[in-house]
Amino acid sequence: MNMRPDPTFYASPKLAMEAPAETYAYTLMLSPDFSQPDALGVVDVNPGSADYGKIVHTVTMPNTGDEFHHFGWNACSSALSPLTGHAFLERRYLIIPGLRSSRIYVIDTKPSPTEAKIHKIIEPEEVFRKTGYSRPHTIHCGPEGIYISCLGGGGADGTDGPPGIFLMDCETFDVLGRWEIERGPQDKHYDFWWNLPRDYMVSSEWALPPQFENGLVPEDLLANKYGHRLHFWDLRERRHAQVIDLGENHQMALEVRPAHDPTREYGFVGVVVDTTNLEGSIWTWWREDGKFHCKKTATIPPEPASKDDLPPLLQGFEAVPPLVTDIDLSLDDRFLYVSCWGTGEMRQYDVSDPMNPTLAGSLHIGGITRKAAHPAGAYKGGPQMVEISRDGKRVYWTNSLYSTWDDQFYPDGVPGAMVKADVGENGGLTFDEKFFVQFPEGYRSHQIRLEGGDCSTDSFCYPSA
Amino acid sequence: MAGGDWRLELWALVIASGLYHGLSPGMGWPLAVSAALMEGARERRGRAFLGALGALAAGHFAAMAVVLLPFGLLTMLVAWSREIRIAAALALILFGLGLLIYRRHPRALGRIKPSRLMLWSFAIAMAHGAGLMLVPIYLGLCTREELQEIGHQAALTLMAGNLAMALAVALVHTMAMIAAGGLIAWLVFRTLGLKFISASWLNLDALWATSLVLVGALALWAAY
Repeated sequence: MNMRPDPTFYASPKLAMEAPAETYAYTLMLSPDFSQPDALGVVDVNPGSADYGKIVHTVTMPNTGDEFHHFGWNACSSALSPLTGHAFLERRYLIIPGLRSSRIYVIDTKPSPTEAKIHKIIEPEEVFRKTGYSRPHTIHCGPEGIYISCLGGGGADGTDGPPGIFLMDCETFDVLGRWEIERGPQDKHYDFWWNLPRDYMVSSEWALPPQFENGLVPEDLLANKYGHRLHFWDLRERRHAQVIDLGENHQMALEVRPAHDPTREYGFVGVVVDTTNLEGSIWTWWREDGKFHCKKTATIPPEPASKDDLPPLLQGFEAVPPLVTDIDLSLDDRFLYVSCWGTGEMRQYDVSDPMNPTLAGSLHIGGITRKAAHPAGAYKGGPQMVEISRDGKRVYWTNSLYSTWDDQFYPDGVPGAMVKADVGENGGLTFDEKFFVQFPEGYRSHQIRLEGGDCSTDSFCYPSA
Repeated sequence: MAGGDWRLELWALVIASGLYHGLSPGMGWPLAVSAALMEGARERRGRAFLGALGALAAGHFAAMAVVLLPFGLLTMLVAWSREIRIAAALALILFGLGLLIYRRHPRALGRIKPSRLMLWSFAIAMAHGAGLMLVPIYLGLCTREELQEIGHQAALTLMAGNLAMALAVALVHTMAMIAAGGLIAWLVFRTLGLKFISASWLNLDALWATSLVLVGALALWAAY
C-alpha cells in the first residue's frame, strides 16, 4: 500500500503536461505469421541515454498467435477523483489483450521498466465464460475498474451475440462481467472513451471478426457493411443514450478522442474511408443541451496512382486512399494528429477551434505508392499507431495496422518500425534523425504507451483552468 | 466512565472527528473544487462551490444521523444501557477490523453519478463507518445525568432528549467537517492550485481503521 498517490497521477491535463518527460516507451510487437510469440518491447526514449532509440528490454509471451494490438494501464489520473476512490492505486500494470486469441496478459512494470515481467495471464476461456465477448481491444481505467472493449461476441467467429465492454477488477485483475445494462442498437465495437465528470461514454465501430480477421473483405466494404456509427452512453447507468449514424459511406469509425479538459464537451473521431470517393475524414462530435451532434470537419483526398503501382485490392480504383487509421489529441486539446496509413502521411491539425481543424504540419513517410524514406532507415507501411508525449513536444508512431490487412495494402511486408518527430512551438513536425527503432526479425510494431501516461491513456476529473 | 464530567472532552471529540473527516480528500472536498472549476461561467463558480459543499454536508449529516438516531431510541431501555454501550463498542471494533482485513474499495460507489453528490457523501461516510465512530462518544454524552435521574423522568422525555442529542452531535460534527473541508477546498480553488490535491492525499486507511478499533476498545473499557 502506498502512502501517497502515484506521482504520475495528475489532477488536470495541464499538470500532466508540466510533469517530467517520459524516458521509456512500451511498444507492442506482433508476429504477423504467428510463428513467434508476441512481445512487449521497452524502448529507451531518453535523448541523453546511450541506448536512445533502442529496445532495452523485451517481455516475450509464452504463447503464439495472440496478435497484440492495443493496450493500457491498470490505473491513470482518473484515480484522483474521490468519486472513484482509488487514489492509492499504482500506475504499474500494463493490460495487454491478444486481439486474435482473446488472451489477456497483465505485465508488471515495477521495479523498473527494464525489469518488466508477466504478472498474470487470463486465458481466453475465462473471458468467454464470464462475458460472452471475445477479441478484447481498447483498455481504459475508470470509475468501476478497468474497462475493456471487445470486437467480437460469443462463438468461434465472434458473431454469436453482440460485442461489448466488460469490466476487470483493477487490483486483482479478475474478469467481472459485462458492463452494459442496456446496449440499444449497438452491434459492432471498436474504441471508446469518456468524459468522467460529465458522466458519458462515446464508442465507435470497426467491424465484426469475420470482416477483419482474415483480411479486409472488399465486398463488405463496397456494400458499406463496416461500422459507421457513434454510440453515446450514460456511463454510470451503463445505458445506451444516443446513436449517430455518420452515413453508411463513411466506413470504419475508429479512434474516439474526447477533449482532455473535462469542461470541453467535444471530441473527434476518424473515419478510415468514404466509399464514394476514397476520402479519409475527421469528425467533430459535441454535446449541447444534453444531446450529441456530429459533423465532418476535415477531409483528406485520395492520391491518384497508376494501376501497376497498386496492390490488387486497389488496382480497380487507380488511387491510394489516405486510410485514416489512427488519430490522437495533444493534452492541451490543441493539436490533432492524423495517421494517413495509405498515402504515408502524418498530419497535424490545429483544432483550437474544434469545428474548424486547420493543417499545421505534415510529414511524409512510407505510403503505398510514395514510399517516402526516413532519414535513418528503410520504412515500410505508413504512419499508423501514433502517441504524443504528455508535454506535446514529441510524437511517436509505428507502421503496422493489423497482420492480415498489412499484407493486403503492403504486400511487400511491413517490418516493424518506430519513429519520432519533434513538434515546433506553433506546430510543424520534423523527424528526429537519431530515433529509428529496429525490431527483431519477423516482428511488426503496433501501439505505443509512454512511461507515466500519454495522450490516449489518462482521463482527467479536473479542468486545466 | 464513572466519576468526573467528561462532557467537554466528548464534545471536543465530536468536533475533532469532524475536522478529520473534513480534511480528508477521500470524504469529498476535491469535488467542491471540481464543481467550481467545471462551471464555465466565472460568476457562477462561487455558487457551484457552495452547492457542492452543501450536498457533501447534507450527505454526511444524514450518514451520522442514520447511525446515531437508532441508538437514541435504544437509550430508552435504560436497564440495558451498559449492554448497549458494550454492543456499540464491539460493533465499532468489528467494523474497524473488517476495514483492516478487507482493504479494498467498495466498487458499488463507482456507480454513483457525479451529479448525486449528496448520495455519494452519504455512501462514502457509511462505507467508512464514520457514524459508528461517533456512537460511543454520543452514548457517553447522553447517559450522564439522565442515568442518575431515571426514576424521575418519563421514558418519552428521556427519548426526546436523547434523539435531540443525536441530532446535535451529528450537526456539530458535520459543521466541523464542512468547515475544514470547505476551507481547504477554497484555498485549493483560489490559491494553492490543483497540484495540492495529490500532494495532500495521504493513505490513512490503516490509521482510520485502527482508530475505529481503538475508540471501540476505549468505549468497551469505559462500559465495564
